[in-house]
Amino acid sequence: MDRINIVAFFIFILASIFCFLLHSYAADISIHGFSQGNYSFSISENPSGKDFKWAEERVQLKFDASRDPFRIFIKTDGSFEHIEDKEDAELREGYVDYTASKWDLRLGRQIITWGLGDLLFINDVFPKDYEAFFSGRPMEYLKIGVDSAKLGMYPNFASFELVVIPNFKPNNYPSSERFWMYDPMPGITNRETKEPDTKLNNTEIAVRAYRDIKGFDASIYFYHGFMRQPSMLPDNMMTPSKLTLFYPELSVYGTSFQGRAFEGILSLEAGYYDSRQDNAGKDPMIPNSQTKFLIGYQKQLWEDLTIGLQYYGEYMHDYSEYEKNLPQGFPKENKLHDFSTIRITRLLKNQTLKLSIISFYSISDKDYMINPEIKYNFTDQVWGAIGENIFGGDKNWSQFGQLDKNDNVYLQLRYEF
Amino acid sequence: MLRYLIVLLAMLLPLKVFAITAPGVIKKSQAVLLYSGKDFKARVSMKIIIKSGQERIRELTMLRKNYGDVSGDQKYFMYFFQPADVRNMTFMVYKYPTKDDDRWMFIPAINMTRRIAAQDNRSSFVGSDFTYEDISGRDIENDDHSIIKEENNCYVIKSAPKTGDMEYSYKLSWIDKTNFLPIKEEYYDKKNELYKVFTAEEIKDIKGFPTIVKRTMTNLHTGSRTEVAFTKVDYNIGIEDSLFSERFLKQPPKKWIE
Repeated sequence: MDRINIVAFFIFILASIFCFLLHSYAADISIHGFSQGNYSFSISENPSGKDFKWAEERVQLKFDASRDPFRIFIKTDGSFEHIEDKEDAELREGYVDYTASKWDLRLGRQIITWGLGDLLFINDVFPKDYEAFFSGRPMEYLKIGVDSAKLGMYPNFASFELVVIPNFKPNNYPSSERFWMYDPMPGITNRETKEPDTKLNNTEIAVRAYRDIKGFDASIYFYHGFMRQPSMLPDNMMTPSKLTLFYPELSVYGTSFQGRAFEGILSLEAGYYDSRQDNAGKDPMIPNSQTKFLIGYQKQLWEDLTIGLQYYGEYMHDYSEYEKNLPQGFPKENKLHDFSTIRITRLLKNQTLKLSIISFYSISDKDYMINPEIKYNFTDQVWGAIGENIFGGDKNWSQFGQLDKNDNVYLQLRYEF
Repeated sequence: MLRYLIVLLAMLLPLKVFAITAPGVIKKSQAVLLYSGKDFKARVSMKIIIKSGQERIRELTMLRKNYGDVSGDQKYFMYFFQPADVRNMTFMVYKYPTKDDDRWMFIPAINMTRRIAAQDNRSSFVGSDFTYEDISGRDIENDDHSIIKEENNCYVIKSAPKTGDMEYSYKLSWIDKTNFLPIKEEYYDKKNELYKVFTAEEIKDIKGFPTIVKRTMTNLHTGSRTEVAFTKVDYNIGIEDSLFSERFLKQPPKKWIE
């Protein structure tokens, strides 16, 4: 029995047990979901020679049952993928909620979103799927569920969320078969990925405290865990023959504020990224500590037309150490990596037609990403979206510059029930 | 002398209180339409029928709580059942009579709470022919009101926006003299032509509060109309302040949304 069948069988059994148990206790049960086609055509062919970044049909089922004070939620996907001709089953989310009057607990696989950025993440330290984002999949696939326990506490003076993650989960980056990307050591193909072991010392902890301060939503954040983007460790700096990809230790201390100002919504967010394995900034293979910050402003210009602007920066600490220790031939990053984004959204036809564009432009790296999209709700159940991801820049190693040859046009078509 | 003065004042006072003024009628009407009870709950079904005859359904539970007096602050909590792509979404509004609202939205697919920009209260509510103002009220001070006639047991009031940047030049409201609910409203565009009509089709008495349970807004320019039905209407149900928080925006309590 292959993996899809095992997972599907497991989910079916679990769902059946829940159904039976909950039914006998007269709980509220609902089942919803969608079926979807999602295709993304590469304008230049992929490194592997294929023409699509993404091509699949997918079905999602959402099972929701509750009987106070408990709730069970399962969101599971089954898909058939055409580029490699494979089927897959995935538990996107699956958790149990317990709700008391002043606290609650969520146990299981869950998507957690923190922070204020529009597609820019400082205090959202939870795993993301950038392959999904760059391949023209629906936005919800940018976020990956984490197996965790989340405790919410709501005393009168503030609210708290405490997240404990026992198993590390990295970000998902585009595969080298589908995406043209910069590789500093292309000659070394012997590579091994080492994720942090599951042990008590490696348990990740994330805390958020929030409350209203004079009409502003104010939050402070703390995270103790690992970077979700891997670093490369060569076995020998002079004549490397093997690369180990690993996830350096990280702590984040952050804050954010959001409220009405200047006839719009003003967002401010900042975080200090403490690179715990490279405090002095001397190790060129591990990112230095950084301060990341974001200023965002959103305004409704007129009916059904909204504009959002962001300025975002990453400031590298101990930059002189970085410069001193950077090996020959490696691209040199700027002390300040900053960019700006613009999002414009227009709704038409009783808000059933949505035209939107978001663009990222890096001031320091002179690279960009532009994503225009048209989405139309044909009926209350069926919608379709067509869009394009356009990348470019001066340098072949910068964030968007390296993606220059990966422009793609995508189609999403979904029937919801 | 003083005694006579008091008697005289006592005679004048009720007259002043009961004198019918246009702003007074509008205020009373808003009190009945938008501020009845300490709190309020309804299941709202909206049917948007566009010119071609195609129908769109919007279904939500709306909860409202008053803070302070009539025309004071209010908080709204909305939970969407339909259409499918917004199912389980919640929407929260802190409404202030004299400044912009605070609005938040929760998107369950990515478990994200967002503030949303809300400068234009004349914007369509969820794509319907109703605006945010039609749902939660318009500041009385924004218009010049005058009673132009009385007919069929109604005051007919003309309300003209004080600023010229509105999409209509004036509105006529037929306000029932008995229960002070608007029975009909007509919006006239810049060329003084009728282009939008509101009608209240069914009024029910719920816990002593007269409530419009069926209403329609017709847009003569676009040819679309929106029919709204309120069911499961209730007042003074003891909605806690804590409901209007990020916590419950993310996990709307079953007891309130059903």
